[in-house]
Amino acid sequence: MNDKPKIHPWQKVLDNPWLLLVLGVLIPFLSYTVWGWIELLLVKPAQLP
Amino acid sequence: MTTAPVSLSHSLAAPGVPKRVCGTTGLSVCLDAQRFIKFNAVSGIVFLLLGGIAALLLALTRWQAVHLLPAEWFYRLLTFHGINMLILWILFFEVAILYFACTTPLNARLFSKKVAWVSFGLMLTGALMVDYIILAGQADVMMTSYLPLLAHPVFYLGIIFVAVGTLIGVFNFFATLYVAKRDGAYTGSMPIVTFGATAAAIIAVVTLLHGAIVMIPTFTYSMGWTAQPDPAWYRLIWWGLGHQSQQVNVCAMVSVWYLLSHIVLGARPINEAVCRTAFVLYILFINLASAHHLLVDPGVGATWKIWNTSYAMYLAVLASMIHGFTVPAGVEIAMREKGYTRGIFGWVVALPWKNPAFSATALSLVIFGFLGGITGVTLGTQQINIIAHNTLRIPGHFHVTVVGGTSLAFMGLAYYVIPLIFQRDFIFRGAARLQPWLFGVGITMVSFGMSFAGSMGVSRRSWDIDAQGVYGPAAHLWLGVLGIGGVLAFLGLLTFVLLCVGTLFLGKKLENSAMTDWGTPPALAGSQAGSLAQDHYATKGTIVLTCVFLACFAVYYFANWKALADVWPVR
Amino acid sequence: MSLRPLTSPWFHAPAGHEKLWLGLALLWCFVMSLMMPYWHFRGKQNSTGEAYRVQPADFLARTEKFVAANRVGTYKNPLANNPLLQELPIVEPPAGGDAYLTGRMWQWYPALRLRLGETYRLHLSALDLQHGFSLQPLNMNFQVLPGYDHILTITPTSKGEFTIVCNEFCGIGHSNMSGKIFVE
Repeated sequence: MNDKPKIHPWQKVLDNPWLLLVLGVLIPFLSYTVWGWIELLLVKPAQLP
Repeated sequence: MTTAPVSLSHSLAAPGVPKRVCGTTGLSVCLDAQRFIKFNAVSGIVFLLLGGIAALLLALTRWQAVHLLPAEWFYRLLTFHGINMLILWILFFEVAILYFACTTPLNARLFSKKVAWVSFGLMLTGALMVDYIILAGQADVMMTSYLPLLAHPVFYLGIIFVAVGTLIGVFNFFATLYVAKRDGAYTGSMPIVTFGATAAAIIAVVTLLHGAIVMIPTFTYSMGWTAQPDPAWYRLIWWGLGHQSQQVNVCAMVSVWYLLSHIVLGARPINEAVCRTAFVLYILFINLASAHHLLVDPGVGATWKIWNTSYAMYLAVLASMIHGFTVPAGVEIAMREKGYTRGIFGWVVALPWKNPAFSATALSLVIFGFLGGITGVTLGTQQINIIAHNTLRIPGHFHVTVVGGTSLAFMGLAYYVIPLIFQRDFIFRGAARLQPWLFGVGITMVSFGMSFAGSMGVSRRSWDIDAQGVYGPAAHLWLGVLGIGGVLAFLGLLTFVLLCVGTLFLGKKLENSAMTDWGTPPALAGSQAGSLAQDHYATKGTIVLTCVFLACFAVYYFANWKALADVWPVR
Repeated sequence: MSLRPLTSPWFHAPAGHEKLWLGLALLWCFVMSLMMPYWHFRGKQNSTGEAYRVQPADFLARTEKFVAANRVGTYKNPLANNPLLQELPIVEPPAGGDAYLTGRMWQWYPALRLRLGETYRLHLSALDLQHGFSLQPLNMNFQVLPGYDHILTITPTSKGEFTIVCNEFCGIGHSNMSGKIFVE
């Protein structure tokens, strides 16, 4: 019996908790943490004339 | 006759695996998981009580006419209240939920008892350390402990232990998922409740990693070993812990909505792909919105603020709106299939409002959606935040999300966890039926009091508004509403705790017989379960309610833009 | 089913009411996504986070220089609750110029006098802990950090006496921490 029902690619994503774990850690870290950290590192010194 | 070898398999169907069969549902319960569900749930409820006592005292202080606590103790108990409610109560209860979600629905055994002990031991030790040092007056820094405010090193170490302990519990959850699949404990896709718990666990990993990154250098600074971390950096990373822990709550709460609507009414997700995709949107984008704590901060720019606070173009808000439809829709379909088909809202009237697990779920959904969600997205708008940051509007928002939403849902869950896991029938069932209403009304009043006072400029985290001489009678009135609501909410909380504790000691033991049902509407004659499975237009009531919700959202949202436009131009 | 694994095919596209709601919700998300960028370019109230690094002692020194050069009077506090706020110098920055405000336990130093309709660059920093700049009764709120010069490009469009409350916890005197801005 070789007619396994075709699984939609999006269902494959939904059924893969490990992929979701990696993406769920990576995306917030890059978008919020790393980008925010870079913004702070780029703050220039004040000129107080 | 030789005994069968104890299988190393993590399937509950394998021989020798310690389990029992639930007398109410027929599902298998892993005895290891059951033990740790009990430990964690009980611990959570103890910290809920401690945080609740602090809440009462705080509410009676912000109510200026009463002004109960002196300043020092106000700030001390405010720190205590934040930690016990937002970290301890919530995380312990969530670990209990995780242990359930990875075992019974998957017919799987918990990965490791030893790991569970380490997790629980660390969490409890850390919790006791933090509570002790706060009450000893060595950590009057608020839950956020913003540098340069400095607490005793034990405060930071305790939080590190809680975070690491929770992370170990989360590891136990993921490991259980892995071995369940490996050992064939189940076939097919995991059920939605487990999927929602997985989303919560993923977000918990992000949360707890941020906790480690911020707390470890702060601890070493407090010991005098390293330099002070930059305050702006501290805020960025701390909110990676602080807000993202609340997003764990959102996932857990929504999973509980699916769980309880299923247990009480037999509701099922109307479209599994849609519901799961909504959880994925949470996983990918909900953590970005920690940025809404930094919207009026120096250093981080407008683009970073706008992109992150928008949850990536509001995709994670879309996820909440999806669940806000699919949960009631599942309930409506279940009721219509039972035969309650009168008009658009006949099914609403026939719902089991006296079932405390159901009323808690319904109240949680309405309070979280209409009050929490709408205020949250609005206050988290970059520019609108200018008229809201650090005012009492902010606690006004989060008392309807994490308290009226998540905590109330967890209380509803307890009305089934105690009979099904602790195997005791509840005592004083009349009081139990009233409790969710008492708590829900109380916390809604607290939130209204806070939100209106806050929109008049009253600060959060402030002991006394009269010192400034700028707040009038209206602000005082709303603080009074806060006070009275706080008393009611405390009574609701105390009732819940006493019911749980009393039941654990005095409730009738069930010993694998079925629990006494809280009440489910009976299927009417001629009705058939599953009959509406292909009817995609059956949810008339739900679509009306969600459209009303959207209208409220739009009105509140644009009213706030208007209020913003009335203040001085600023850039 | 919500509590049992799914063994039969379950993946299908949304239809009917759920599809309608998805469309409405997506539309609303789109509207909200446009509002912030729109306001950033066309709206008058924004928080861009313009800031520079600064040593607290240097910022205080610059503030004192600002006070010495532009002092126009003294504010005496009629409320006797805060020994640190019995009086403050009133300082008027040049029209279109820079004003310096130091937040410290427990006052905003100095008091400012501003002119209606003029735009100022208001420099905010803290000497000791984090503080919350909260201008009442307008209810405009910004975070103030030690080590950061947070600049607000601000235009008073209403006259009167405004009070700066502190809304970030900064110790036992926090609820007494106050400041003043007079707009004429």
